Amino acid sequence: MPQLTVCPSCAERLEPEDKFCGNCGTDLAAAAVASARKPWQPPAHADGSLVAPRTGEPAAGRPAPGYGPPPPRQEPDTAPGDYGLAPPELSAAATPYQAPRPEHSAPGVVPRAGATDPREVLLTEGDSPARPCVACGTGTVDPDGYCGHCGHAQPRERDHMEEELAGVAAVTDRGLRHHRNEDAFAVCTVDLPDGGPAVVAVVCDGVSSAARPDEASAAAARSASASLRTALADGTAPREAMHQALLTAAEAVNSLADDHDPDPDANAPACTCVSAITTGDLLTVGWIGDSRAYWIPDDRTGEQPARLTEDDSWAARMVEAGLMSEAEAYADVRAHAITGWLGADAVELDPHTASFQPDRPGVVIVCTDGLWNYAESAAELAAVVPADAREHPLRSARTLVGVALDGGGHDNVTVAVLPFPTPQPG
Amino acid sequence: MANFSKSPVPQFTAEVYQNEYLPEGAGEVNAIVTVTSTGGGTTGSHPGASASSAAVVIMVDCSGSMDYPPTKMRNAREATAAAIDTIRDGVAFAVVAGTHKAEEVYPGNGRTAIADPATREQAKQALRKLKPSGGTAIGTWLRLADRLLSSADVAIRHGILLTDGRNEHEKPEELRAALDDCAGRFTCDCRGVGTDWEVKEVTGIASALLGTADIVADPSGLEADFRQMMETAMGKEVADVSLRLWTPKGTRIKYVKQVAPTVEELTDRRVEAGPRAGDYPTGSWGDESRDYHVCVEVPPAGVGQEMLAARVSLVLPSADGGAPQVLSQGLVRAVWTDDMAASTKINAQVAHYTGQAELAQVIQQGLEARKAGDLDTATSKLGRAVQLATESGNEDTAKLLAKVVDVVDVATGTVRLKQKVADADEMTLETRSTKTVRVKK
Ligand SMILES: [Zn+2]
Ligand SMILES: [Zn+2]
Repeated sequence: MPQLTVCPSCAERLEPEDKFCGNCGTDLAAAAVASARKPWQPPAHADGSLVAPRTGEPAAGRPAPGYGPPPPRQEPDTAPGDYGLAPPELSAAATPYQAPRPEHSAPGVVPRAGATDPREVLLTEGDSPARPCVACGTGTVDPDGYCGHCGHAQPRERDHMEEELAGVAAVTDRGLRHHRNEDAFAVCTVDLPDGGPAVVAVVCDGVSSAARPDEASAAAARSASASLRTALADGTAPREAMHQALLTAAEAVNSLADDHDPDPDANAPACTCVSAITTGDLLTVGWIGDSRAYWIPDDRTGEQPARLTEDDSWAARMVEAGLMSEAEAYADVRAHAITGWLGADAVELDPHTASFQPDRPGVVIVCTDGLWNYAESAAELAAVVPADAREHPLRSARTLVGVALDGGGHDNVTVAVLPFPTPQPG
Repeated sequence: MANFSKSPVPQFTAEVYQNEYLPEGAGEVNAIVTVTSTGGGTTGSHPGASASSAAVVIMVDCSGSMDYPPTKMRNAREATAAAIDTIRDGVAFAVVAGTHKAEEVYPGNGRTAIADPATREQAKQALRKLKPSGGTAIGTWLRLADRLLSSADVAIRHGILLTDGRNEHEKPEELRAALDDCAGRFTCDCRGVGTDWEVKEVTGIASALLGTADIVADPSGLEADFRQMMETAMGKEVADVSLRLWTPKGTRIKYVKQVAPTVEELTDRRVEAGPRAGDYPTGSWGDESRDYHVCVEVPPAGVGQEMLAARVSLVLPSADGGAPQVLSQGLVRAVWTDDMAASTKINAQVAHYTGQAELAQVIQQGLEARKAGDLDTATSKLGRAVQLATESGNEDTAKLLAKVVDVVDVATGTVRLKQKVADADEMTLETRSTKTVRVKK
């Protein structure tokens, strides 16, 4: 049974174990089944309208973008009906933690051979069959992708990829400090049985310390997207479809471990997965690991952007369990170790899903830590998302990749931008 | 174009084990390449596939010393007879008696005979002619074996050489010249019987001719050993296989060595094979697996860069002088990263074989020092050997070491040299010092 995070009737925030909504008393089991069959209906709230995300004081108390000590933890505001759009954990949105800045700020960033910035390559891209080596300029490239003169690896297809469909755009890039791109994405659009459009974006980040992380992320993105496409077209409710897609993706990554691996010491292939679906007025996210989804409303003046996912990370767990303060947890070397992932070595598979009902236009940003390491809080990210992101999702995705590259490009970076509400076809 | 029917060649695979991640500024790349050939003669899937394309010559020492004790010559005769019984029908063969000169014992017409029940019987009868008298000039034996082997139109040429004494009746340069002439023309397994022969001489011959060397201290063990050696020889399916390394401009091959089943230095045996490529001989292959350690120095590159440090392939020269057949290929890569956890990890295979190579080296240095009377060096080197052999699970070598030293503490490699050591034990340790074990699973 899919779990609801907000009441489908009144948008009250729910605990996973809730059987009935504490605000309006809706039978959640029945609602979940019902929501699996019919498209989402606007909730009949007391004042008859969707509530706006909270505004005001949390933003005022937030330090300027940058990485200072985390702000004090705020008491959750438990007023009913306050969350037309609530992250799964209230505290996460109310007090985004401040991650310690990774070492990418170290001077002396060495650009990759021949292409100082992938954005420049974009402008001049033209596939001539016998391109000389990007490193030495003289050798020709052997079939296995290495220069026959100096041996240097040549840019690969996955180093930089882009895709744009109606309602979504995604860009992935190797970054400046990694030798290959272990991120992957998949996007698709689906015609729902009621004729409305659904848009899907899946973003995955391979676990570098495991074997073949690039294959893991590609397999997960591909199978999650395919699973969502089928389920949504069949009329499965988005959250149920999302839950199933994460399980399917995990299975796809597990199956990679069956292959004979040359290094018996290496962990089985593994990756994170985050996905967003926009259907009508409903926004659904699902994730395992520390890749994230953010809600960035068009109106940045009064509205509050929010992080929609809660990392499966050591630090997040410590804080959640009340064992450490955010400051302590994120200062620890283990802070960014993920506690949940897709792959045969995963201790337990715990797909998280959540649905939201934004009451105003904006964009959903789905990304790997290659981006959020440079714009961690929702406010910081909102500050770098172009104002016209909803009209120009691809350009915005490129801009956000550029933010990561300008910050040092320490990791692979993948960004998907989904305008909300979904543009109607035609 | 004519369609040549290919002789059956086993399937080769090359697997590369390495940690390709280097920290910024580093440029040494280490990899273990495991080469495995399957589908050769010893599986029985190609019964007699190579029978008509193989030739073998047995060289038996008949110097005067083979008479002391008299059982030695008798055992050598019986061992040779057992080896002859193991030769498959259709294989070309000959027997040579070696003294200060080489003499054909069978068939005796300057050529080889083709094995069948009748010729095997004739050959065994001819062994009666083996009478101990005269000296030892192994170079002449090898040259005769080479002439006999080249008289057969075959792909696989192999020798089996038995000696019991030092190569006293020719100059070292003469043996060296014979080895240089024979290298690459046939492979040869060598056995020293008794304890009056020179380990370095025998292992040197086997090494030059890409064969095995061992001691048979007790002549009664010869028969089983000869039968085993001939069985292995009959399992060879393909000869003249080379390990080819292509390395990019600006790199340097620091060393190439076989590390399993024995340590065999190959670095200086390189034969240039086109731009930035070189071939290292590996001899003939049956159903077997060998490991090679390749160490390449590459120019350091920036973090995030990746390059090919070496392309490793197994090549077989074509019969008609055309492009060689590539049997299998693997890539040795270098990737620069600022992830210290990734770059400081030493690949388990590389670590293991670095230890096994050191083991062979410290045994040889330890025994050398012991002979020279430098007991402190001998103690420390052999102590280190005990430590390495035990850590890596090389039990055979650990047992051989225990006959030469008293082990006080394995973990720290603390040992005492034994007061009395049998010659056979010392020679066995020295001969088998290069034997390695594979990584414990
Ligand atoms: Zn409710
Ligand atoms: Zn080049």
